[in-house]
Amino acid sequence: MRAFTQHRGVAAPLLRDNVDTDAIIPSREMKTVSKSGLAAGLFAPWRYLDAQARTPNPNFVLNKPPYTDASILIAGHNFGCGSSREHAAWALGEFGFRAILAHSFGAIFKNNVVRNGILPVELKWPDLETIGEWVTSNPYENAISIDLDAQTVSAGPLGSVDFEIDAEAKLMLLHGLDEIGLTEQFSEEIKAFENKDKLIRPWNYL
Amino acid sequence: MQKTLFDKIWDTHEVSKLSESQSLLYIDRIFLHERTGAIALQSLAAKQRQVRQRAHAFCTMDHIVDTLPGRTDRTRMPSGREFIIATRSATEEAKIRLFDISDPDQGIVHVISPELGITLPGSTIICPDSHTCTLGGVGAVGWGVGSTEAEHALATSTLRVKRPRTMRINYTGEAPANLTAKDIILLTIKTLGTGGGSGFAIEFSGDAIRDLDVEARLTICNMSVELSAFTGMIEPSTSVIKWFEGRDFAPEGEQLRLATSYWESLKTDTFATFDRETTIDLSQAKPQLSWGTSPEHCIDHDARVPDPKDAPSKIVREAWERALEYMELKPSTPLSDYPLQAAFIGSCTNSRLSDLRAAAEYLQQTNNRVAKGVKAICVPGSGRVKRAAEAEGLDKIFMEAGFEWREPGCSLCFYAGGENFGEGARIISTTNRNFEGRQGIRAKTHLASPISVAASACAGFPIGGSL
Repeated sequence: MRAFTQHRGVAAPLLRDNVDTDAIIPSREMKTVSKSGLAAGLFAPWRYLDAQARTPNPNFVLNKPPYTDASILIAGHNFGCGSSREHAAWALGEFGFRAILAHSFGAIFKNNVVRNGILPVELKWPDLETIGEWVTSNPYENAISIDLDAQTVSAGPLGSVDFEIDAEAKLMLLHGLDEIGLTEQFSEEIKAFENKDKLIRPWNYL
Repeated sequence: MQKTLFDKIWDTHEVSKLSESQSLLYIDRIFLHERTGAIALQSLAAKQRQVRQRAHAFCTMDHIVDTLPGRTDRTRMPSGREFIIATRSATEEAKIRLFDISDPDQGIVHVISPELGITLPGSTIICPDSHTCTLGGVGAVGWGVGSTEAEHALATSTLRVKRPRTMRINYTGEAPANLTAKDIILLTIKTLGTGGGSGFAIEFSGDAIRDLDVEARLTICNMSVELSAFTGMIEPSTSVIKWFEGRDFAPEGEQLRLATSYWESLKTDTFATFDRETTIDLSQAKPQLSWGTSPEHCIDHDARVPDPKDAPSKIVREAWERALEYMELKPSTPLSDYPLQAAFIGSCTNSRLSDLRAAAEYLQQTNNRVAKGVKAICVPGSGRVKRAAEAEGLDKIFMEAGFEWREPGCSLCFYAGGENFGEGARIISTTNRNFEGRQGIRAKTHLASPISVAASACAGFPIGGSL
């Protein structure tokens, strides 16, 4: 997994609530048994006037330079709610997103982005609005900086704002850790748990 | 120490406490489906890892398979065949049980998992599918994960999980006779909002819940994820526990006796405390219909579509405006002003025998037929549900009324590029998500109970139904 330490980049404002994973990548855009080839389907219903012909919708934020090169997304409440499809995280990553600033995230989506090296940052709603307005006023110049170790977001008029993140998610992102590898170190504990549990819930073990 | 139902199950599955907030939890059952399962298995194999407990992992074909009679591997969905074949070979290689298209027990993952006794009260189950929370209906802790986490569970029989906070929703008042489980959960989402359960494991509680049968409980818990909850669950009652007797993967004999006494202890202690408690009064509750593009956009069946002028905040006003525009609705109009092009009964929310019985009973009692211009489809949740419904003659009632009678699967709950109701169709649906484009390009979904869908299909516009 790709590590995340610091990042500075163009931020695209998509200040809507409840942007679900069907909107991030519709089921019909998940065309192959693969984690790649998904960027073109990102936000397809909004990004294209005709999704099949891939006719861009000139009014959609990611079609307007410099947002075409955005690496940070600014969103509202409950971003990534809905379906558990990890394709949403894969598509965002493949497009080039490294971080998402939002008021809150869908729980499964948040776990999925962390496991794909994308940083979910939770900020207060007024701060998101302020950042959105500041970015919009001069998107070429007004880039956002994020420092995961220091847990800060720096954006023009707001200066540096602190954010919270789970210690485990932070560690995984900072070092790009493989979670399965970490858990395999617990193989003895898992076996011991099963031996004990078999006495209490023997019916569980098929 | 006084514990909640959720805490009891969490504590008995804790392999190791990794930090203040995170534990390594034992995962009893892993269920995969052909949409996201093959990729998890392939990715696992690519890293030379194996499924640690093969007997605890299962897979079904439900998301992509066609539901038309005479179906084969070739699907209406472009490239669906690739997913089906990849799933077949990945499960064969990993040596895990697959409920393939031709298997008499094939069906929607969250329908067959309790039906076959794969998920049991007090167990932990994960699936790369957000509606895994359905299984809280039998007193299990089920939650949806991504493919990477599914891979982790397959390889280690565990997951690293942040302990959610606990929340209890107490339903008070006597629920009116025409209120179904679907109405209760839609009303709950409307009341608490789609972020209302964020970070919580929810316990649904109160007299109205205690009286519900297993299938209604599964319907309630199914939509916990629409509250952004980690999961939702209901204390298993004696009848829930009894329901598992004789199910294929459930214990029997002495094992069942042991299990039963364990399952009977799966109750929230009298003085246990929750991080949050909230109360919803059902005495005046009415059947619900969704009007917008989020499950919280619901109204009483006899109410009018809201006016953005009345929205509590700017962002909500903008969301309502966008939803009204997308749904092609005018503020303050009744939903009965808008003709339907389609009606759908099915999905992991409402495709069980009791759901089909309720809709069929409405059709039989009223002797109504599907209105002209409405394409109506009924998709049983599993092979077993289908056979049981046919044994009762429900298939004939549906078909005589003008519904298509299908093979089991997720079907038109979502649009994957294949079968759909036509661009921009207005659909009354027993499913769980009315998101933009969910059921088709520019499709306009109105969520409702099976009875309301049957009533609306016959009326030709969205209305609440009752028996």
